[in-house]
Amino acid sequence: MRHQSRIAFILLLSPLVLWLGLLILIPHVDMLLISLRERVSFGVYETSLTQYEKALTEPLYLRTFWRTAVMSVLATAITLLIAFPVAYYIAKMAKGRLQQVLFMLCLIPFYVSELVRTFGWMILLRETGIVSNLLQWTGLADQPVELLYTDATMMVGLVYTSMLFMVVPLVTTLESLDDSVIEAGYDLGGNGLSVLREIIIPHAMPGIVSGCIVVFMLSLGNYLTPTMLGGKDSLWFTEMIYNQFIVRSNWELGAAFGFMLLVLSSVIVWGMLRLTGRTLKETMG
Amino acid sequence: MTPDLECVDLVKRFGDTTAVDNVSFSVPPGSFFSILGPSGCGKTTIMRMIAGFLDPTSGDIRIKGGSVLDTPPNKRPVNMVFQHLALFPMMTIAENIGYGLRRRGMSRDEIGRKVDEALDRIGLPGIGGRKVDELSGGQKQRVAIARCMVLEPDVLLLDEPLGALDLKLREHMKVELKALQAAFDTTFVYITHDQSEALVMSDQIAVMNAGRFEQVGSGQDLYYRPGTPFVAGFIGESNRWKGRIERAEGGVMQLRTDTGLAMRAAGAALSEGDNAEIFVRPETIRLAGSAEALSRFDNQLKGTVTSLLFNGAASRVLVQDDAGEILEVTLPQSGEFASLKRGDTVHIGWAADQAACFGAA
Repeated sequence: MRHQSRIAFILLLSPLVLWLGLLILIPHVDMLLISLRERVSFGVYETSLTQYEKALTEPLYLRTFWRTAVMSVLATAITLLIAFPVAYYIAKMAKGRLQQVLFMLCLIPFYVSELVRTFGWMILLRETGIVSNLLQWTGLADQPVELLYTDATMMVGLVYTSMLFMVVPLVTTLESLDDSVIEAGYDLGGNGLSVLREIIIPHAMPGIVSGCIVVFMLSLGNYLTPTMLGGKDSLWFTEMIYNQFIVRSNWELGAAFGFMLLVLSSVIVWGMLRLTGRTLKETMG
Repeated sequence: MTPDLECVDLVKRFGDTTAVDNVSFSVPPGSFFSILGPSGCGKTTIMRMIAGFLDPTSGDIRIKGGSVLDTPPNKRPVNMVFQHLALFPMMTIAENIGYGLRRRGMSRDEIGRKVDEALDRIGLPGIGGRKVDELSGGQKQRVAIARCMVLEPDVLLLDEPLGALDLKLREHMKVELKALQAAFDTTFVYITHDQSEALVMSDQIAVMNAGRFEQVGSGQDLYYRPGTPFVAGFIGESNRWKGRIERAEGGVMQLRTDTGLAMRAAGAALSEGDNAEIFVRPETIRLAGSAEALSRFDNQLKGTVTSLLFNGAASRVLVQDDAGEILEVTLPQSGEFASLKRGDTVHIGWAADQAACFGAA
């Protein structure tokens, strides 16, 4: 009997172990090793920190690195600001059918592939696109307007892509807040702002933190949106990784970039948890 | 004296349904007023209107004489203890109690002092630093009351706050609530569907049914002198019949129930031939071994015990009379009937004025 349960345990655990090992652990270890070597001549490598040195001294690399970090944090903040009222409306104010319909409306765009969605934005925003034509037709613009390839457009794309991942955890935590607790907040003399600050936000904190972590990771690791919607100045760090691996075939530098991104996201997530005074355990439940 | 709370012709409609139908009442200062009714009778609607979470369709709500209809809930001098208490789980006990004071912009020191004072008052000194979920049900209850009482409201509303407690604790909290009300000397308006809570604690009780007040009075009034068939049936237990008046003279009526039982009842001004509803409480029926012992009662019956319902002090005997009618009779716990068993023949009797009689359509 004991023997059997042991086998069952191993069988149940093996898919997870295989997944973690084959797809996450081994590639990362390999990447780390690649990033720590230098090609001295054809087929000859030696261990060194040259790749990291290159990455940290070259202004373009460093600038893109920080830009990506700052823009991702900004995208996360904007997403939170937009998603919070939406989630609050869905969770607390909409009732019954309307609630389900609104939730579905948030979900439906994600039935379509990210590529198609991004092309959708391009159709709307390009020089000969719908918005440009509309502006000319109403007389607000006297010539075609190019709305693509700016940081603002890229930000719109990033926020749009991440919206659902912020709304879902927020709706879940806000739904678990008893209406009478909010009413008690008003009954005891609170106004909208103080109830929001002292009752609703503290209650929604787990949802806010987990939503922010997911959105931040998604933005940081996004490739498609910055590439398609961003301008020539909007270089994203993932694009540089892609370039090193695929265009330049410089796997060593690409691997080093990859590791820098991993460290960056870990540090920012850790900082976010520290800032909100939460532990990873609390946030992940 | 100006009543602390006064509702005048209060009406609330939700679409086609009228939840509160023309209710008026006033609550004198420092009293304990209960609204008692079955669930769905509209009592919570009244309370939410007083608190300000709902606007009445028509009518007026006055607190200390001034209308509060245009005052938002956070500015009204009433506070509410919610059904599930609604303590703020993200705050400590002290922060919970101090919440309302912080909203008033009171200084930190003064809040600390007031919170300690309130904790002393409810008999839980020194628990200010604890989290809400570390307290027991009864403690939470007291904290919820303290959280309102530090704001010194004119009226405290309580929405079935004992509903979530177990029986023993509920019995204890009834006494404690009454004591707290006396200690704070504030007007309490209490909503409940539990008649025992209302009867034990209240100075005045309004019995509510289908959006209207059936009767307002003290517990004794409602129990001994019910004004409507609903009150007679809702407060306490009753044997109830429908019947017809056969003779009426000088306030005492001779009547016969639809099932054929003849009895005498006093009370309502009914005349011969009227239909009536009759209520007789099991505890007013006297149980005896022989007919002689019951000679002073207007109604006397001989019957057979069909079952004994043991429930401690509230034990009952079901007695079936010769005509087949079954009556519930309280079993005295004085030992006299300790050997009573199924199939025994007993005599029962009750006075005419113990039977409440109402005209029926």
